[in-house]
Amino acid sequence: MKRAAGPGELMIIVPAFNEEAAVAGVVEEIQRVVPGVPVLVIDDCSADGTAAAAKGAGAQVLSLPYHLGLGGGVQAGYRLAFELGYEYVIRLDGDGQHDPAYIPKLFDVLKTSGCQMVIGSRFVDPEAAYTSVARSWGIRFFRIILRPILGKTVHDPTSGYVGVNYDALALFSKSFPLEYPEIEALVVLQRKAFRFQEVPCKMRPRRTGRSTITAGKSLYYIIHVLLGVFVNILKFERHRWRW
Amino acid sequence: MDGSLNALTMFSLVLLVAVLGSVRRSHIRVEYSVSWLGAALLLLVLSRSPALMAWVAKLVGIEDPPLALLGAVMAVFLFVFYRFSTVVSDLKEANIALTQRVAILEYYLQSDHESRKA
Repeated sequence: MKRAAGPGELMIIVPAFNEEAAVAGVVEEIQRVVPGVPVLVIDDCSADGTAAAAKGAGAQVLSLPYHLGLGGGVQAGYRLAFELGYEYVIRLDGDGQHDPAYIPKLFDVLKTSGCQMVIGSRFVDPEAAYTSVARSWGIRFFRIILRPILGKTVHDPTSGYVGVNYDALALFSKSFPLEYPEIEALVVLQRKAFRFQEVPCKMRPRRTGRSTITAGKSLYYIIHVLLGVFVNILKFERHRWRW
Repeated sequence: MDGSLNALTMFSLVLLVAVLGSVRRSHIRVEYSVSWLGAALLLLVLSRSPALMAWVAKLVGIEDPPLALLGAVMAVFLFVFYRFSTVVSDLKEANIALTQRVAILEYYLQSDHESRKA
């Protein structure tokens, strides 16, 4: 177990579910970009050899005994990083969509901007945008919905390429949305008066497998996320309504 | 109406016996049987006192007693379902926390084991 040696230490977390074919490449790429930075792969009870592939590539592995879904896995990673004393955590997906080349840029902005969270965004720079048409429309929809709630435009609210500092890490290690966590997490941060900033990134097609948000699940995704946003607003505004 | 009330009485008794039997065989924990037993007793009382049923019907402004009976049954079971939704949600929260804790403890053990070997 590698505890943080001191303040300012970074840990990279990589949630992965059935990513045996892609995860080793992701870990090796991260190690080439930021050598010496610990990489923690959170294996969300995969049925394939994800954990062994990650370990073989040199990552530490946190194996969940049963499948929790993306939010539960990411929160487990945040909890461990928080307990080990890391001040910064950057999360990228295990399917290879997030280019590790942007980690130094995200880390730099996280350290110098005073923001509690940075988001790797594919839409700040329109030329860097890579996504499907359906997802692109979904992102536009949530951009419009979130604008009045967050008080600013978030170009890529569904991006899972994020970095958090100690304050956000402390918050998320206690409470984090279970399913489709990205958008709800933004609302939680905003309600806590935390700040976040987008950093332009290029995204790549996933190396293997398919997205968990299929066409059939898209409607469920939209309803779930809208409800989650609404509930988080109610939760954090509750004290204002008390007499 | 009498037929409906008799059927409701039978249903309430079957529910009571089934829940008590499940508690006895430890299929349902005592604390989670309370909602079911309460619902069964309430339906039993309503089905055996037409005067009370008529009073409830008048209170909620439903002229037709069978309709009021159906409304009462639905209200009781909606309450039970709501209660169990909160219980299931609490259990899920606890399960997530436990799963994460088990994974983290396993990670610590594994790391300790590897550092001892090294």
